[in-house]
Amino acid sequence: MQKVTMPKRTIAVALSLAVAALGLAACGSSSSGSGKQLALVAYSTPQGVFEKLIPAFETTPEGKGVSFSQSYGPSGEQSRSVVNGLHADVVNLSLEPDVTKLVKAGLVSSSWNANATDGFVTDSVAVIIVRKGNPEHITGWSDLIKPGVGVLTPNPFTSGSARWNIMAAYGAQLKEGKTPAQAQEYLKALFGNVVSQDSSARNALQTFLAGRGDALIDYEDEAITDEKKGAAIEYVIPNDTILIQNPIAVVGTSANAAEAQKFVSYLLSPAGQTIWAEKGYRPVISGIAAAAKFPTPPGLFTIQSLGGWKAVTKQFFEPETGIVTKIEQSLGVSTAK
Amino acid sequence: MSANAARRLGVRMLALGYLALLLGAPVGMIFYRTFEHGLAPVWSAVTAPNAEHAFWLSLEIVAIAVPLNTIFGIGMALLLERGRFWGKGLLGLVIDLPFAISPVVVGLALVLVYGKTGWLGDWLTTNGIQIIFSVPGMVIATAVVSLPFVARETMPVLRELGIDAEQAAETLGASAWQTFWRVTLPAIRWGVVYGVVLSTARALGEFGAVSIVSGRIEGQTQTLPLYVQDRFENFDSTGAYAAAVLLALLALGTLLAMNLLTRRTRGRTAS
Amino acid sequence: MSPPPNSQGALALGRPRVPAIGARGAGALGKGLLGIYLSALVLLPVAALLSKAGSGGTSAFWREISNPEALAAIKLTLAASAIVVLINAIFGTLIAWVLVRDEFPGKRFVNTLIDLPFALPTIVAGVVLLALYGKGSPVGVDVAFTRASVGLALLFVTLPFVVRSVQPVLLELDQAMEEAAASLGAGPATVLRRIVLPSLAPAIISGVALSFARAIGEYGSLVLITGELPFKTEVGSVYIFGQISNENLPAAAAVSVLLLLVALVVLGALSFVSHRRSRHVR
Repeated sequence: MQKVTMPKRTIAVALSLAVAALGLAACGSSSSGSGKQLALVAYSTPQGVFEKLIPAFETTPEGKGVSFSQSYGPSGEQSRSVVNGLHADVVNLSLEPDVTKLVKAGLVSSSWNANATDGFVTDSVAVIIVRKGNPEHITGWSDLIKPGVGVLTPNPFTSGSARWNIMAAYGAQLKEGKTPAQAQEYLKALFGNVVSQDSSARNALQTFLAGRGDALIDYEDEAITDEKKGAAIEYVIPNDTILIQNPIAVVGTSANAAEAQKFVSYLLSPAGQTIWAEKGYRPVISGIAAAAKFPTPPGLFTIQSLGGWKAVTKQFFEPETGIVTKIEQSLGVSTAK
Repeated sequence: MSANAARRLGVRMLALGYLALLLGAPVGMIFYRTFEHGLAPVWSAVTAPNAEHAFWLSLEIVAIAVPLNTIFGIGMALLLERGRFWGKGLLGLVIDLPFAISPVVVGLALVLVYGKTGWLGDWLTTNGIQIIFSVPGMVIATAVVSLPFVARETMPVLRELGIDAEQAAETLGASAWQTFWRVTLPAIRWGVVYGVVLSTARALGEFGAVSIVSGRIEGQTQTLPLYVQDRFENFDSTGAYAAAVLLALLALGTLLAMNLLTRRTRGRTAS
Repeated sequence: MSPPPNSQGALALGRPRVPAIGARGAGALGKGLLGIYLSALVLLPVAALLSKAGSGGTSAFWREISNPEALAAIKLTLAASAIVVLINAIFGTLIAWVLVRDEFPGKRFVNTLIDLPFALPTIVAGVVLLALYGKGSPVGVDVAFTRASVGLALLFVTLPFVVRSVQPVLLELDQAMEEAAASLGAGPATVLRRIVLPSLAPAIISGVALSFARAIGEYGSLVLITGELPFKTEVGSVYIFGQISNENLPAAAAVSVLLLLVALVVLGALSFVSHRRSRHVR
């Protein structure tokens, strides 16, 4: 009854063109420009540093003609996105387990960290950020459990970086000579003073800057960056604190793996590490002049001394049986994962 | 009569006061905050490469999603108002579904279908097609949330129009297409245009669904609303406000278009 | 996510049927394309959502929903939305009244501005509210990170619905009835209660339905000003987003389906009530 007349064909053609345009956009998005393009997927904090590192890399012979696409977000989310198909050549994440996920998904080779720096590109330490002038006179971990002190930390079940904070506090207690049981008691007291747990480190910082709480546990590099930006804060490096190590890896399955490796090498070179240091990140190689400004806490320890991330995650953050899980539940805080 | 006048004034003040507190003051505030340091910082924020790209990406996505929704919207409206088939109620429900779904849920549903581990994931990967974390996914997300408007605005007009003119055309020998193109479409065009304006406004401003499927790739998958959030999270309030004001201006433009068209479609002043 | 003005309720059930003249306007090709479009955009995604939500069976579904944080988010969402639509019902009608029956300079301008929350991206709405009612507020009102901020943001984004729903009906309303009642001695309050409001009821209810559906799904405007604090200011959509970020898709899907069902039930019920009332009034 319906004649397929000319105009109907026109519509069909127009629609096919639209679909084709979509298809082209889909396929073409990863290969644009004359030179090579590297996809950098990173956690949110180093966004400002890469703004300097990438142009610096592009002036080197290895970096000539290389352009970048950049994606920044919470470390765990970025890791999951890459597993789910987010295109990446280089990943710089907040903690090692987020890279391990990519190894499990077959995207990163299992020997990614068999190099001189064990796969890390920057270091930092866990610090306590306080209001400018330090009105509550906070000098270390023990001040955080004093009555009336409001502590902020991201929720360790949504924010991988929050786990550094918790383990810093726990490990510090052990360093001070406490037994594991007493250290756990400390954690309980600490969580009792936590006034809010945001889903990410970024959000926690926003909450703190908006006026809530007296102390925020965070990374040193974040504190340095925000101080430079003019936030009304200062930070305290406790005597005993954890060394935060941020991994970097090349996505082995990508076509640009060789180029990506050159970029990573640059980031680990003296030139690259100097830029990192200038922006508040502790270098992982020696001989960087700018590293002198970073004080070395007398009681610095690593996650290895606590058993490594695999064991720690199981012992502390396991959804049903973890130590921190139990503490949070007893306080009525979400451990939903 | 004075009591009446007093009451009238009181009601008016109440209504206007509410609007001032809720609408006027915040919007005014944003314009003030953005421009309080002059035009230059705003201009440089708006012309930053990522901001410019975000602007054009937003427009590009709208330029694909809205025409698709227009064509299919008219089709759906015709089916519902002129067609006869079982399941009309169901079709109406499907069209209205985007109203009842949170944009975040739209994003989730799309990932479940088009993501790498979704229903169509394997087929898409094998064929090298990237939907989620790329522009096509954002287009689809935008199209979903702005789906109902053209259909919804065209339906009442179609209904009011009635079939007399169309019947007449057919008895005079016009084909179905000719009838549609020369009789129906001109009669419903203001309804369609109004629907397009609403659809465009909704598509330009979409945030939740797109933020889930975008992958946060700077300069590639950031629309202007996503850019606003990015600037805010990086404590770049100038950048955030500048982009926000740009979006607000686009919104005001849409409002003006809506206002003018309302008078056309309704045939009388809307107030 | 908003209604165009003048739509009679959100669910297109029971529209008057028009005698068909053959399969007008959409041949087999057209219907096929339309089917593909709707499937790709709506049907397939919703099916995937339902499938994911039910993937662990009903027990898993209940577990996800009764998770304490999820419950808190759902409760906050429903409670805040209910309060907000109530306020909207009152003030929306009030504003519509003033825009239709009153005259004052700048009325056209105000009328245009009513649609601003619809046209403005939700994230911008959040930025806008934060500037005035958050930290650094020039008027000293700081509701950021409080439940009040949830209500504030929802009031902003749902403003146009009741207004735009009531306005056309008010315009059409024959004032003869009101005048007759007044001449018979009825006071303004009585006229309002027994003549005007019953006529407006279907439109108000329709606007309320759309407001509610919009409010329970709202996301962008809440991201900045509420602080998204679990158990305090975290709403359903924020919880869903968080679960997606955590790759806990079954949990996200479960809460999504719950909110969707609530929206559909409320929309359906209110649409039903609205239609019944409009039949009574005529």
